[in-house]
Amino acid sequence: MAPLFLPHPRLDELIRLLLAQGFAVIGPRVREGMIAYGEIAAAAELPWGWHDAQGPGFYRLTRSDAPRCFAWANGPQAIKPFLFAPQETLWRAEKKDGCLVFTPVTPAPRPLAFLGVRACDLAAATIQDRVFLGQAVVDPYYAARSEELFVISVNCTHPAATCFCASTGDGPQATAGFDISLTELDDGFLAEVGTQAGRDLLAALHLAPATAAQQAEAAQALAHAAQVQTRALPGRNLAAALFSRLEHPRWDWVAQRCLACGNCTQVCPTCFCHAEEDRPALDGSGTVHERRWDSCFSAGHAWLHGFQVRPEIRHRYRQWLLHKLAGWHEQFGRSGCVGCGRCIAACPVGIDLTEEVAALLAEADHGG
Amino acid sequence: MAVNPYLPQPARILERRQESATIFTLRLRFEDPVLRETYRFQPGQFNMVYLHGVGEVPISIVSDPEWEGVFDHTIRRVGRVTEGLAALKEGDCVGIRGPYGRGWPLTEAEGRDVLIITGGLGCAPVVSVIQYVIRRRRRFGRLTIIQGVKHSEDLIYRDQYEAWAQMPHTDVHVAANVAQGHWPWHVGPVTELIAQAAPDPGRTVAMMCGPEGMMLTASKLLLAKGMSAEAIFLSLERNMQCGLGHCGHCQIGGKFVCRDGPVFRFAEIRGLLGVRGF
Ligand SMILES: Cc1cc2nc3c(=O)[nH]c(=O)nc-3n(C[C@H](O)[C@H](O)[C@H](O)COP(=O)(O)OP(=O)(O)OC[C@H]3O[C@@H](n4cnc5c(N)ncnc54)[C@H](O)[C@@H]3O)c2cc1C
Ligand code: SF4
Ligand code: SF4
Ligand code: FES
Repeated sequence: MAPLFLPHPRLDELIRLLLAQGFAVIGPRVREGMIAYGEIAAAAELPWGWHDAQGPGFYRLTRSDAPRCFAWANGPQAIKPFLFAPQETLWRAEKKDGCLVFTPVTPAPRPLAFLGVRACDLAAATIQDRVFLGQAVVDPYYAARSEELFVISVNCTHPAATCFCASTGDGPQATAGFDISLTELDDGFLAEVGTQAGRDLLAALHLAPATAAQQAEAAQALAHAAQVQTRALPGRNLAAALFSRLEHPRWDWVAQRCLACGNCTQVCPTCFCHAEEDRPALDGSGTVHERRWDSCFSAGHAWLHGFQVRPEIRHRYRQWLLHKLAGWHEQFGRSGCVGCGRCIAACPVGIDLTEEVAALLAEADHGG
Repeated sequence: MAVNPYLPQPARILERRQESATIFTLRLRFEDPVLRETYRFQPGQFNMVYLHGVGEVPISIVSDPEWEGVFDHTIRRVGRVTEGLAALKEGDCVGIRGPYGRGWPLTEAEGRDVLIITGGLGCAPVVSVIQYVIRRRRRFGRLTIIQGVKHSEDLIYRDQYEAWAQMPHTDVHVAANVAQGHWPWHVGPVTELIAQAAPDPGRTVAMMCGPEGMMLTASKLLLAKGMSAEAIFLSLERNMQCGLGHCGHCQIGGKFVCRDGPVFRFAEIRGLLGVRGF
């Protein structure tokens, strides 16, 4: 099917159709100085005229009167928290009849329609699906949250200086995982169909086909978005290269700068580490067992009854980078990095994984 | 959806035995009669054991897989959860999820010599395999047990070691770095005993558990004696939150210890074993 054209003023109709079908619509909004996803009811809530500037340890929003609502690159928050909750109750335990009773607490499935997901976040969601749904044991919490989704992606025409999705193969254009894919022009969107559900929704809007000129403009914008990316990873599978550099002096140099704050892991759309914890239930009826995001930079992550497997920051940064770019291949068949650049912008000291990888690979192999 | 894999199942303590000052064994039975019948495990696998109000910890299953309806956990009191477990009495309940992971290669070892090497205090995973082989003695070749402890008083199951030593085709070698009182065995590091061992490289399967430095040294000694890295098995420990391959805590390189282990072939982890930070 040839792409259709969705004029900006008709975006509201699309949102209303999704709401009418019972979806909660999740879209980007400006909140606390950043663009973050949340529930929206109208197109007016989108970040019209907002732009971002990003760099190592740097994220700022600026405004113009440009007539676009997607003239920016992803902010610190991915769509991950909607599917893999930062904190949730797994079950409750009560004492009863001299023994214990366990009751699961699974989230009620809630149909979510994401509006404006970027290619990197779609790729990341596919990776998280492999972690939580694609192994022998399926995670019922993640499964419940992702049971009914509708995904409208918006291809990236304004990558940030921190982006490198072109080198990981995950962007700037979404190629899979969407029901509808949009590319923004000054007066509206090119709309392409990914699934039957997407086709049905667009059919209800009775849109005109996009003109050849509009299609050419969109293609050019996407090619440009890939070309302007200055950062890159030097390959899609760096497992062998990194595992052979376990004792490279660069790990000491990164450890001197890294604060082990874990910001990089909190913003990363693929990081899946979590910890479990028991808490007394608020109503005094026993305890609730919760899980919350954890980070391989935290002191407790590799704790082993009185022994710390990764006592030094050098070990923790190495664990993070090696897992993401090396161990991940063995576990999930691809790298765990989608090139979103969030960890670079969110790092308070501006550590840039592309720079670290380049340094590790450039110098002679120092054994390992 | 099937049963929630995160949900523990209530199990009652039928019996509690104190093995040493800090080590105790709990004999457990599921409250659910159907689960009692259907629950199956392999020696070397583990359960997540939940103490109400405190949390869950991974603990190996030490009993025989053919016992019906009950299973044992031998636990060393070291911290928050295990101290609470130590305070439980017969009739109290815990929560159990499992069994998890890959156990010892007992089918692969049938008909072959079995060399068991363990170091440190009460290495539970290895007790399960010794008991298993002893009870099915004719299915295996020569059984050699090499156990190292820091202090002679740390040896738990001392009577059992003495009884095992009397079995046909079974050698028991125990080393204590420091020995007190009557100690019929070796005094010195356990690696000295491994250095003396003469396994038939073509016939032997080695299984070990204990401090990783000890296992690394032992593996290298066995490789030097002609054994293959495929025939040496080690049980590893890492922080575990889920036991299901989801929480990320137990990783060593590209492996999840909970799912791909805890028993690994030396060949699978040789590059990372003993490397600080993994
Ligand atoms: C596969 C496997 C099999 C095992 N089998 C046995 C066995 O058969 N018998 C046995 O005795 N032991 C066994 N263990 C070891 C046993 O799991 C630990 O001894 C136990 O987890 C200790 O728990 P604890 O709460 O008593 O100790 P603690 O040291 O108090 O706590 C350990 C746990 O609490 C958390 N924690 C502690 N300190 C911190 C901190 N500073 N920050 C954040 N979190 C922290 C961590 O999650 C850690 O896992 C096994 C371990 C594994 C991995
Ligand atoms: S490692 Fe950094 S760039 Fe890669 S996906 Fe995670 S946050 Fe994005
Ligand atoms: S790399 Fe940066 S963001 Fe990540 S833990 Fe270190 S200081 Fe924090
Ligand atoms: S214990 Fe959670 S992934 Fe292994």
